[in-house]
Amino acid sequence: MFDGLKDKLGSFTSDVEEDVDDEAQEAAEAEAETESDDAAVESEPEESAASTDDADLDGAGDSPDAADEADDADDDRGLTEKAKILASGKSIIDEEDLQDHLDDLELALLSSDVEMGVAGEILSGVEENLVGETRRRLSSTGNLVRDALRESLYDVISVGQFDFEQRIRAADKPVVIIFTGVNGVGKTTTIAKLSERLEEQGLSTVLANGDTYRAGANEQLQKHADNLGQTLISHEQGSDPAAVVYDAVEYADANDTDVVLGDTAGRLHTSDDLMAQLEKIDRVIDPDMTIFVDEAVAGQDAVNRAREFDEAAEIDGAVLTKADADPQGGAAISIAHVTGKPILFLGTGQGYDDLERFDPEEVVDRLLDA
Amino acid sequence: MVLDDLGSSLRGTLDDLRGKSRISEEDIEDIVKEIQRSLLQADVDVGLVQDLSDGIKSRALDEEPPAGTTPRDWVLRIVYEELVDLVGESTEIPLENQTIMLAGLYGSGKTTTAAKMAWWFSKKGLRPAIIQTDTDRPGAYDQSKQMADNAEVEFYGDPDSNDPVEIAREGLAATEDADVRIVDTAGRDGLNEELIDQIERIGAEVQPDRNLLVIDAAMGQSAKDQAQEFEDAIGIDGVAITKLDGTAKGGGALAAVDQTDSTIAFLGTGETVKDIERFEPSGFISRLLGMGDLKQLTERVERAMEETGEEEGDWEPEDMMEGSFTLKDMRKQMEAMNNMGPLDQVMDMIPGLGGGLMDQLPDDAMDVTQERMRDFEVIMDSMTEAELENPRVVGQSRTERIARGSGKPEERIRELLQQHKQMDQMLNQFQGMGEGDMERMMQQMQQQGGGPGGGMGGMGGGGGPFGD
Repeated sequence: MFDGLKDKLGSFTSDVEEDVDDEAQEAAEAEAETESDDAAVESEPEESAASTDDADLDGAGDSPDAADEADDADDDRGLTEKAKILASGKSIIDEEDLQDHLDDLELALLSSDVEMGVAGEILSGVEENLVGETRRRLSSTGNLVRDALRESLYDVISVGQFDFEQRIRAADKPVVIIFTGVNGVGKTTTIAKLSERLEEQGLSTVLANGDTYRAGANEQLQKHADNLGQTLISHEQGSDPAAVVYDAVEYADANDTDVVLGDTAGRLHTSDDLMAQLEKIDRVIDPDMTIFVDEAVAGQDAVNRAREFDEAAEIDGAVLTKADADPQGGAAISIAHVTGKPILFLGTGQGYDDLERFDPEEVVDRLLDA
Repeated sequence: MVLDDLGSSLRGTLDDLRGKSRISEEDIEDIVKEIQRSLLQADVDVGLVQDLSDGIKSRALDEEPPAGTTPRDWVLRIVYEELVDLVGESTEIPLENQTIMLAGLYGSGKTTTAAKMAWWFSKKGLRPAIIQTDTDRPGAYDQSKQMADNAEVEFYGDPDSNDPVEIAREGLAATEDADVRIVDTAGRDGLNEELIDQIERIGAEVQPDRNLLVIDAAMGQSAKDQAQEFEDAIGIDGVAITKLDGTAKGGGALAAVDQTDSTIAFLGTGETVKDIERFEPSGFISRLLGMGDLKQLTERVERAMEETGEEEGDWEPEDMMEGSFTLKDMRKQMEAMNNMGPLDQVMDMIPGLGGGLMDQLPDDAMDVTQERMRDFEVIMDSMTEAELENPRVVGQSRTERIARGSGKPEERIRELLQQHKQMDQMLNQFQGMGEGDMERMMQQMQQQGGGPGGGMGGMGGGGGPFGD
C-alpha cells in the first residue's frame, strides 16, 4: 500500500529542491548585476507575465520556466531585500515556484486515490507551510518540503486515533460494536478477524448476524464462528437486525462475554430505505462503538460513502480491507479526513490473523522516508 | 446515476461557450481542464485522462468546424467522439451456446452479477445455468443458490467439496442441457499467486468462451493493475461494472478496459437480479453529457412492452395514436412503466430529466408519484369494462361506487380521470404533428429539463420558451 504515492512524493520533494536551487543561482547572478549598475534597481522591467497557473496535465514548465519564475520572484521581492536575504545566506521559496509542483503533487495524490477535495486541502497545507518560508542556503530544501508534506499528511491521517483494545477494556461489559459499510467490502470477514484478535488478548466475544438481508449471510458467519470456536447469534433471513443484536447482548450478559460484534447488511449509501434502517438499528441498539468498513482500493467515492454512513449511524473509526491488493492507499487519507475519525485496522489477507493495526505515524514515515 | 456529477460540471463549462462565435485557445484550455478534473473525480486513470485531453485539445484547435456549426456544438461533438473512443464499443455477447467465466477481487459482486447475467440470458430466450466454484468464502454456495432461485435459473454447486476445479468439471457435466454456462469463481487478488494459479486451472477445465472481469464501480486507480494481473493470468474479454446505483462513477473500469484491451459488457444497477443493463457506449456518453440515454430507455421500454404483452393478449400501442385513448391504454402504459423499473431510474434516462432536474425535485417526489400510480391501478380494477373504455360516463354516483369498491377517496378517482383527460389531449396534439414539429418539441422538452442548471439538451443553443 502507498508505494505509488511514496515514489511520487519523493519526486515532488526533489523537484522543488532543484527549482529553488536554480532560483538561488539566478538570484546570485542578479545580485552581481545590481552591484555593477545601481540604476537598474529602479527600472527593472515588470515582465511578470506568462508562466504558471495553467494546471494542465502536461506537467508543463517543469524546468524551462524556472528562470522566468525566478525573475518574477525577484521583481516581487525587490532587489534590495533579495540581496539582504542572500547576504544572510537564505533563499526564498516563492508561491509561483511552487505552483507547478503543487499541480504535480495534486495529480500524484489523485492518482493515489486521494479524493479531490481532500487533495486540495493537503495542497493548501503544504503551500502554507512552504510559501514565504526562508531557508539557510546550502541546507537541503528537500527536508523542508518533506517536513511540510509530512505535517499536512499527518494532520489528515492521524485524526482521533485511540487505543481500540484499551477502550474496550475500560468500558462496561458487554461492549457492543456494530459494523457498517457498503456491499462486498468485507464486513463479515473483518468481524471474524477482530473476534480472533480480541480473543487472543483475553477478551471474549460473541458474534451477531444483523445481516438478515443477504442470501448466505448466516451461513458465512456461522462457518467463521465454527472455525474460530465462537458463538453466533442469528435469526432467519428477513427478520429484524436489531432483534438479533439484542439477543446477542442478552447472551453476553448471561455468559459474561466481553464484546458483542454485530454485523449489518451491506447497503449502498444511496438507498434511502436501507440507510433509514441503519439509523433505526443505531437508535435501537445504541452500540458502544460503530466501525465503518471500506476497502482500501476504493477511489474518489470513498468520501461519499464514509460521510453518508457517518451521518446515518455515527462511526467511531474505520477498518480498511483488501490492503493486500496493492491499493494506492488514498482511501485511507480521504476517509480519515472526511469523517474526522481514525482508521483503526487494515485487512491484509484471507487468514484470521491478517489484521494490522493502522499506525498513522508509521504510514507517513514510510511514505516520506524515501 | 452514472457519471452524473461529471455531466453537470462539464455542462456548466460548455454552457459558457453559448453564444460565442469562435472559440479561443483559452476556452479550449478551460474545457479540457474541466474534463480532466471531472474524469479524475470519476476515478478514471490519470494516464487515460491525459490522452483524452490531448486528443480533444489538438482536434479542437486543428480541425475546422463544418460551416454552420456553432463552436459549442463543435466542441461538444469532439468531446463526445473522443469519449466514445475511450470507452469503446460494448463487448459482443452472441446469443448462442457458450461458457462464461467471471473473475474479480473479493466483494466486487461476481455472484450477484452471475445471477443477473443468467436472468438476462433467460430473457433473451436462452437457457442459462450458474456453476458456483467459490469454496473459499463461507456461505458463497448458499448465496449463489438463492440468487439463482431468484433469477429462476439452473444452479450447480457443491458445498462439501473443497476443490473448485472438480466442482467446475462436475458442474459442466451436470448442466449439459443448458445453453449458457456461467462459471462463478472465488474472489481473489490479482497479485496472489496461489489464487491466480487456481483460476487458471479452473479456466483450463471449463475452457470458457469468454472471461469477464467484475469491477466495483467505486474502485479507484488500482483497477488498472488488478486488470492487468487478471489479463495476464486468464485473458479478459470484457468487463462488468457493479454497484452503479451508488454515487461511484465507475471510471476505474475504463482503465481496466484499456489495460486488457477489452470492452465493457454489463452494468449492475441495483440489488435485484433484474437490475442489469447491457453496456451501451453512446448511451453511456449521452448520460455523461447530460443528454439522457434514449437508447437504454428504448431497450427497457421494449422489454417492458414484451412482458406486458405476454401477460395480456394483443394490445397495440398504435391504437393510442389513432385517437382512441382509453383508461385501458393508460393502465397498459402504467404497467409498462412499472415493468421498466423504479421510476427514478427510468427518469434518469430521459433526455433533460437526468442530472439537473432530478436534483431539484424533492426526495419523495418519486415515491409520491409511484404511490399515486398504485392507487390508480387499484381504482381501475374497480371500474367496469364500459367505464374503462369510455371514462366520460363516470359521473358523481359512479365515482362514489368506485370509491367504495376500491377503498380509495373520491378525490383520487377524480385525479385519475383528470390525468387521463390530459394524456388524451396531449396525444391528440401528437397526432396533428409532422416530424419537424416533433423534433422541435423534443428540443423544448430538453431545454425545460436542463433548466437554470444549464440545458445541455438544446444543442442548437438558445431559444425555447423555458431554456436559458
